[in-house]
Amino acid sequence: MTPEMLVSIFMTLVAASTPLLLAALGELVVEKSGVLNLGVEGMMLCGAVAGFAVAFSSGSVGLGLLAAIAAGVATAMIFAVLTLSLTANQVATGLALTIFGIGTSSLIGAGFVGRTIERLGPVFPAGLSEHPLLKAIFGHDIVVYLSLALVLAVSLFLRRSRPGLILRAVGENAASAHAIGYPVLAIRYAAVAFGGALAGLGGAYFSLALTPMWADRLTAGRGWIALALVVFAAWRPGRLLLGAYLFGAVMTLELQAKAAGVTWLAPEFLAMTPYLATIAVLTMMSLGRRTGRPDAPACLGKPFSAS
Amino acid sequence: MLEWRRRREPSSAMLWLSPVIAIALTMLLGMIVFTAMGYDGFHGVESIFLRPFLEPQRWADLGVKAAPLVMIALGLAIGFRANVWNIGAEGQYIMGAIAGTGVALATYEMTGWWILPAMALAGVLGGMAWAAIPALLRVRLQVSEILTSLMLTYVAVQVLYFLVRGPWKDPDGFNFPQTRMFTADQTLPAMMEGSLVHLGIPVALLIALVAWLVLERTTAGYAVKVVGLAPAAARHGGFSAGTVTWATLLASGGLAGLAGLFEAAGPFGQLTPQFPVGYGFTAIIVAFLGRLHPLGIVLGGIVLAATYVGGEIAQSTVRLPQAATGMFQALLLFMLLATDVLVKYRIVWKARAA
Amino acid sequence: MNQPHEQKVPPRLALAHISKSFPGVKANDDVSLSVGRGEIHALLGENGAGKSTLVKILYGVQQADEGSIAWDGEIVSIPSPKAARQLGIGMVFQHFSLFDAMTVIENIALGLDEAVDRDVLKARVAAILDSYSLPLDPEREVHTLSVGERQRIEIVRCLLQKPKLLIMDEPTSVLTPQEVEKLFGTLRQIAAEGCAILYISHKLDEIKALCETATILRGGRVVASCDPRTETTRRMAELMIGAELRQLERAAGDRAGAARLAVAGLSLPGEPPFGTDLEGLSFEARAGEILGIAGVAGNGQSELLTALSGERLAERSEAILLDGKPVGQLGAGPRRALGLACVPEERNGHAAVPDFSLAENTVLTARHRLPLAPLGVISGRDVLRFTDAIIKRFDVRTTSPAAPAQSLSGGNLQKFIMGREIGQEPGVLVVCQPTWGVDAGAAAAIRQELVDLAAKGSAVVVISQDLDELLELSDRLCIINEGRLSPPRAVASYGIDEIGLMMGGIHGEAGPAAGAAHA
Repeated sequence: MTPEMLVSIFMTLVAASTPLLLAALGELVVEKSGVLNLGVEGMMLCGAVAGFAVAFSSGSVGLGLLAAIAAGVATAMIFAVLTLSLTANQVATGLALTIFGIGTSSLIGAGFVGRTIERLGPVFPAGLSEHPLLKAIFGHDIVVYLSLALVLAVSLFLRRSRPGLILRAVGENAASAHAIGYPVLAIRYAAVAFGGALAGLGGAYFSLALTPMWADRLTAGRGWIALALVVFAAWRPGRLLLGAYLFGAVMTLELQAKAAGVTWLAPEFLAMTPYLATIAVLTMMSLGRRTGRPDAPACLGKPFSAS
Repeated sequence: MLEWRRRREPSSAMLWLSPVIAIALTMLLGMIVFTAMGYDGFHGVESIFLRPFLEPQRWADLGVKAAPLVMIALGLAIGFRANVWNIGAEGQYIMGAIAGTGVALATYEMTGWWILPAMALAGVLGGMAWAAIPALLRVRLQVSEILTSLMLTYVAVQVLYFLVRGPWKDPDGFNFPQTRMFTADQTLPAMMEGSLVHLGIPVALLIALVAWLVLERTTAGYAVKVVGLAPAAARHGGFSAGTVTWATLLASGGLAGLAGLFEAAGPFGQLTPQFPVGYGFTAIIVAFLGRLHPLGIVLGGIVLAATYVGGEIAQSTVRLPQAATGMFQALLLFMLLATDVLVKYRIVWKARAA
Repeated sequence: MNQPHEQKVPPRLALAHISKSFPGVKANDDVSLSVGRGEIHALLGENGAGKSTLVKILYGVQQADEGSIAWDGEIVSIPSPKAARQLGIGMVFQHFSLFDAMTVIENIALGLDEAVDRDVLKARVAAILDSYSLPLDPEREVHTLSVGERQRIEIVRCLLQKPKLLIMDEPTSVLTPQEVEKLFGTLRQIAAEGCAILYISHKLDEIKALCETATILRGGRVVASCDPRTETTRRMAELMIGAELRQLERAAGDRAGAARLAVAGLSLPGEPPFGTDLEGLSFEARAGEILGIAGVAGNGQSELLTALSGERLAERSEAILLDGKPVGQLGAGPRRALGLACVPEERNGHAAVPDFSLAENTVLTARHRLPLAPLGVISGRDVLRFTDAIIKRFDVRTTSPAAPAQSLSGGNLQKFIMGREIGQEPGVLVVCQPTWGVDAGAAAAIRQELVDLAAKGSAVVVISQDLDELLELSDRLCIINEGRLSPPRAVASYGIDEIGLMMGGIHGEAGPAAGAAHA
């Protein structure tokens, strides 16, 4: 294998991992605040279609990314109002959000099927990426660098900053945080909005950078895999990075095998691998933490009302 | 100003009224959204929600679509009551159809009354087997059944694709990715001459009745409810959460599998890649619309079936895309979850104290 | 009440005509009181007298419907706990607002309103720990600490903000006598520095020992105000309870017969994450006796109860013998069928299902011994008959058997639960905190039922943190500490300080050693 091929595989891997990383990182913050939003897939789809629609109409991929973030936040707010203000069941509402995202994105996207746009390009000038090794470092688009920076930022935020401490406290014991005087619901609203923003951005990465086009259910269950990644990462951003790239590798392997024309395994079985890998990873995590205290925030998924 | 006040006891009137309010709100919101998107919102909603009920020739279709929804939703509702979140019914539905089709293909040359029951049994077992995986992982290893059951849906779809494109492809089918058509002995008998109405409808109603009696009148139903409402109390009362998890997942998997087989041996008459139409997900909405109550689910199933039938009508009357149906269904679930708050809280008018 | 004060200095805090209602109850009704600088003021009353509501209003957690609060002579509004802290009010809650999975220093930082640099905070905390000689390791995670140590976090948290008024809500309910002494020393030192202290309790001895003024609440109203140092304990008790206490009636003499429940070498690992391991527990409960198990909360009481009830199985069948039959490996249902009934401490969600009606709640534990569900089909008629019988016999105040359990007050629900178990005539009854949060009248009735059940030849085991209750009820007593149980002895053979020491066990001031076992 030539260095060029290796770098090309690496670039595919990074691209495949980035939307997962973004969506999972957002969900990690949401869950750290004690909220379980199962609607990641729905928010990603809304982001993907909004991003594509705006990028196609305006001709600007940058505007598309911003629109995707806005769409992610908007759908997340539906979830927030229902679960936080109206204390609806978080599992059911998250499912509803996913069903909503599938329907809405398909409805909006109907007019964009088959259209193409110019793919989100590398952020640095092409001259920097001539050498394969330099390409592996400088050849990515802005969202890739942003996602990596966000991992660091979220990690520092949670571990070092006072707002991060408060967010963790809200997820750990909402009643106590309320008793001390922290605005539990406001903090959770903010966390859910952040999760929506990153899910929207992650979704748009599919329609603006990976494919780049719109098709129904474009994200193909990646939102659910992102949820599993948070469990895999034991709610730690550093491990999340590892997990997302591991899954990116599995998906790259699938693509490579398809491209190489592997015949001994039907393509359908290759297509199953990310989902089977998710189940395997969840199972292994469970086997690994039979003892000791759980990693999940203690209030995860439990509704809170001040009265 | 308006204020939420927590009720001392949940309102039983609101328990039944809130789904009605939710439907009304959904219709209103649907009109606004469709109009905003440039469609004829009023006639769109009218087509989706009213036409299917007003036009007798649609009733058969309504029943045919409601039957699988009700069957799947009954199983899901029992699980949801016990806090077991099987959201992979779509996968179990597919696996039930696949298992039943396996029997059909094996008995292709045979005749006999026993073939259809054997297919139904295989359908139930297929769905159960697929649901047994999340059950095992949850009970033994505390792995969330939400994620595993959903992941298995994606796997089931790929298994279906593999079979209809590969080993099960109809040898006389001009290389189309689909199985042979089922024979007369392998197809559900029509209940009415010249219509699609099949055995699935009375079976769904019968199952709803049984589910209702079991939930309300037996210790098994009690176990399901108590495990969902208060796990510690359930343990204290000698109910095993593990057993309930197994039972509810197998029940919902089996019912989804049976629904899948009925669909394959009824309206489809074969397996094709277009077989999964999302009933497994829509059934989640049915379960909530019916307030997880078996009789409510029958009504909920009819309402959601109407959105499918009406969605098709709306495609021709106001050119509303098919995807609108999905969004409309999700809106309904949102409104349901939102109006749920009325059961626990009441709105009071309170003058601001000086 | 409206006359001008003669003192030159206004009181630190003056509450006037405070009222607060909740659906169905008037928690505070025209309450007035004032606290001066450096004064330790007791707020005395039974559970449900309205003390907690009053301090929540004072601390900004809830808002009064009527009345005013004056701070240093000026009328103030306290819309939030933050506003309370800005005035200089600090509060130590009965149930600590702590975050178990976080460290001591993180918990303290969370209690501060402004961000403080970590190193600066550490230094300030160290200074306070030093000047009040409080032992506490700032880097430990909270779940590894004893209850007394956890309370210290709350106190340090308050002291960091140099409070002018410190509210202590039932601070001693979970402490050993030794820890209580230590706490009083700290409080006296704080008061001596000029800080006012509002001390909420229902324990008369403590108030006599610590406070210089007492306001007594009953049913949400102020019934009296006095100097507890000169007032008799008896008089204060009468004011607090408002009725003569019923004396327990019991036959004299040694009634104990054969062992009905025999526990031998029962060991069970605690449930993760924060459970206590049970280590080799052995005791017998004999026919006709009440065996008391004393101990500070969190020393294995709930683990013992779930091990006895069958919610968790023992490793050996012989570890638990019921009337000579090994039942250690039987589940909760079969154990009940054989006559072992248990009542856990937590009523809502453990002993009863809050969303179920009372009738439905009888099925939870009574279906094994009574024919409520023959062949798995629930008989509505028999269930209703049993429920009605419980409501009548135990004077449960409810609208109907169809009322949801959560609509009952704590005391009434406890009466119902006790009635459900006693109504099945169990051979052995194990109860945890039978009268916790129950009003005095209902508590007396429940205790009488326990005595009567024992008199009929059943064995009764009472696990409680309320020493007074155990001393009154028990024939024999043992003490649970860190998951170990002392051998039962006749109650009369104990001195109160001996019990206190045993309850303290290896807890006490040797903080790090106690925590090391969990680390």
